[in-house]
Amino acid sequence: MPEHPIIPVQARHHLTTRFWHWFNAICLLVLLMSGLTIFNAHPRLYWGEYGANNDYAWMAVGSSDRMGYLGFGEMRIETTGVLGNWQDSEGKTQKWAFPGWATIPSSYSLADGRRWHFFFAWIFSVGLTLFMIRSLWNRHIQKDLHMRKEEWRPSHIWRSLRDHSKIATIRQSSAKQYNVIQKLSYVGVIFILLPLMIWTGLAMSPAMDANWPLLTDLFGGRQSARSVHFITAFLLVLFFLVHIVMVLLSGPIRQTMAMITGGREMGAGQ
Amino acid sequence: MTIITRRKLITSAAIGAGGLLSGCDALNRSAAFQDVLASAETANFAVQRALGDRMELASEYSIADLSPTFRANGSRDPGTADYTNSAAQGFADWPLRLTGLFRKPQQFSLAALQSMPQRTQITRHDCVEGWSAIGQWTGVPLKILLDLAELQDSARFLVFHCADRLGGRPYYESIDLLDGFHPQTILAHRLNGAPLPVANGAPLRLRVERQLGYKHAKYVTGVEAVASLAGIGEGKGGYWQDVAGYEWYAGI
Repeated sequence: MPEHPIIPVQARHHLTTRFWHWFNAICLLVLLMSGLTIFNAHPRLYWGEYGANNDYAWMAVGSSDRMGYLGFGEMRIETTGVLGNWQDSEGKTQKWAFPGWATIPSSYSLADGRRWHFFFAWIFSVGLTLFMIRSLWNRHIQKDLHMRKEEWRPSHIWRSLRDHSKIATIRQSSAKQYNVIQKLSYVGVIFILLPLMIWTGLAMSPAMDANWPLLTDLFGGRQSARSVHFITAFLLVLFFLVHIVMVLLSGPIRQTMAMITGGREMGAGQ
Repeated sequence: MTIITRRKLITSAAIGAGGLLSGCDALNRSAAFQDVLASAETANFAVQRALGDRMELASEYSIADLSPTFRANGSRDPGTADYTNSAAQGFADWPLRLTGLFRKPQQFSLAALQSMPQRTQITRHDCVEGWSAIGQWTGVPLKILLDLAELQDSARFLVFHCADRLGGRPYYESIDLLDGFHPQTILAHRLNGAPLPVANGAPLRLRVERQLGYKHAKYVTGVEAVASLAGIGEGKGGYWQDVAGYEWYAGI
């Protein structure tokens, strides 16, 4: 008999969670990059129902002869080399807003960008819906993401936030259960930001506007929906960056393997 | 066992991202993969048509909501001798020909169209590029013309022939009969209470309010009823569809 018998324990991540995590990661990456292609067709954002070149844009990427810039209202930040004026792989200067390495396809084609975007939008939406249903059914949401009453206390949230600034506590995270910051982030992404991407996306469709006019009104008009779509996309990018930093700080191999194989809950001393 | 360092992990992630990008470009060039992607557009069409009662109206606005300037895009002036002459005459001789699968193919002058019952609507024009402009359009409902010319049973699509050329090709667009008979589908000759400016498609422009801007053909000279789009242009149903791969159905 072996000295340390291997006792099968429950996986840290459900199979559904693992599968959806990677499926969703691919979808969101393609949606972001094809979305930037679409943005390049008109790199200006407005509030309200209408907005075109002669109207006030709260945000715009533009270019003059030698420089690219990011503008917020009247303010301009030079972004030459990255936004609005950059060199493609052949060394040619391009003046599209987002550079080729950030878009699908890498050279501008609005028609192709839209095709990628809508295909991945469909499978992403179906995937999200199935994940939500399955996670209610297997009690992932109730067990792992549900906020307990005491977790809502500001002092509790503050303490958890402070813990995230200490590498030692991040490393120790056993992930037997999510802390309050993790819960808030995951719930915020899964139930607020991701659905918001779908609804704001649909709110920009003229056919949906005829079918469900309330949807566009809800966001204050088509151009507002487009702005919210863009802002939410970058909130998801922000989530991704923090997520990656946390994975790197807390043991990238262990965390990544756990999201692939399921991982095992480890006891002390192992 | 290989020890994977953080640096290696980051390097391989960067290589992976680069590979992903060139992989996407390779997939983008594959006709079979494009067909897979395009299946989503078929789904958009089916679902968007199924969601409404099929004759649902696009939102209409008030005068207070108008865009201060209505942006013009695509052709700004057909520039041909015929067009310029006609413009000089106030388009009095502008012909609109109804041809193809009609029982009574016929031609209307601009004046004849203007003397028919009119519809005025303030709607939002959504360009495929992402911008929007709100304008007030006045014109004759297409349904009135279709009823006068009487479609044959085999007609499935309406093709709009235009006086402008882009890159040497004539512009054209097409819609199905559902949009053809939609109450907001009009041939507009006025924008914001004035005769339609040349840049916006004078003297006649199609309004098909539940679809994106490139469907709204400008400088319309004819409506052809057809059973299939195969014989028109390159067969994809419109200039931008033929030239750049845009979708025939532009509801999203």
